[in-house]
Amino acid sequence: MAQEYWRWEEGKWISPEVDWRNGRNIAAGIDVGSVSSQGVIVVDGELYAFSSIRTGSDSPEAARRALERAMEDTGLTMEGIGYIVGTGYGRVNIPFAAKAITEIACHARGANYIYGPTVRTLLDMGGQDCKAIRCDERGKVTAFLMNDKCAAGTGRGMEVMADLLAVPIGDVGPRSLDVEAEPDPVSSTCVVFAKSEAMGLMRKGWNVNLVLAAYCSAMAHRVVTLLERMGIEEAFAITGGIAKNVGVVRRIEQGIGVTGLKPRVDPQIAGALGAALFADALLQRAAKAA
Amino acid sequence: MKAHYGYTDGSGSYYIILDTDRCNGCGKCVEACPQGVFGLVDDEFEEDVRVATVQDEHRRKLKYSCSSCKPTHGAPPLPCVVACEPAAIAHAW
Repeated sequence: MAQEYWRWEEGKWISPEVDWRNGRNIAAGIDVGSVSSQGVIVVDGELYAFSSIRTGSDSPEAARRALERAMEDTGLTMEGIGYIVGTGYGRVNIPFAAKAITEIACHARGANYIYGPTVRTLLDMGGQDCKAIRCDERGKVTAFLMNDKCAAGTGRGMEVMADLLAVPIGDVGPRSLDVEAEPDPVSSTCVVFAKSEAMGLMRKGWNVNLVLAAYCSAMAHRVVTLLERMGIEEAFAITGGIAKNVGVVRRIEQGIGVTGLKPRVDPQIAGALGAALFADALLQRAAKAA
Repeated sequence: MKAHYGYTDGSGSYYIILDTDRCNGCGKCVEACPQGVFGLVDDEFEEDVRVATVQDEHRRKLKYSCSSCKPTHGAPPLPCVVACEPAAIAHAW
């Protein structure tokens, strides 16, 4: 089988410190995105386990798979979870979720957990959209701007590039920084144009790292424009899969002149984690009302 | 909260800006829009409060959804903006 360069590694993690058997409130959040899906379980408001998988073509099924993967090797079953919230592009199609909450609210709440209460400006670089979010110390959203259409600032654009240049997607970031001088960026308007330009650069004899640098630079430029439109208040942080691409992150930080906070867990789970925290709050409220 | 729904593509930036702090959930924008761009949803942060939103299916094509009310020049006041008493709706283009 030919190597699939765009295929990023699916993830799974269980906390070594938390045990659901000792907990009272077990809540879960599922983020079904167009490219990836995450399942997160929190026990009494603490992160316990998560999974990150490819969504594929069937999003209700992806929701179930994400949750099952998160529960794998924990002994927990769906019956043991008190409340499940769905978020993301596929949130209305999760039959076992009690409620759907938009990914804007969930990302801010999740980022507040991952980065702490100092975060005020968030950039979410998702699979097919990117968003700039302003929030307060509780993770409540005060403003947001979503670019809902173009692949140019998104994971899908990065997958296209990795595939075109035959570079495993996890290597794109470090290799893009391994250049002698920073090249001019390729088109930042459209990933289709960027792809054509990249092919042109390869034909001119540019080495692959340099082309990667030009693309990461274009992507960073595009999201910097989005962020400047919203205004940047420190502290700043990035969520979504591309937060793990050091080539894009470094260039964004240079573009806005602000260094981002370092995440204490996988930043791709921010949406599902926020959903799980909303679920936890709703579970507590239901318990009080009973 | 100032919510910017929409996108930027090669032809420009098309966003509808909904200020949910001003929005009183009256739903007049939902009725006023001939294309059904707006909807009412539960506010995620305040209990039992409804606010206006731009419906998912319109977010990627606002330029086209709004074009019947926004010709290239000489546009009359937009029905949604006129209907909104708290002035919570703005267009970025």
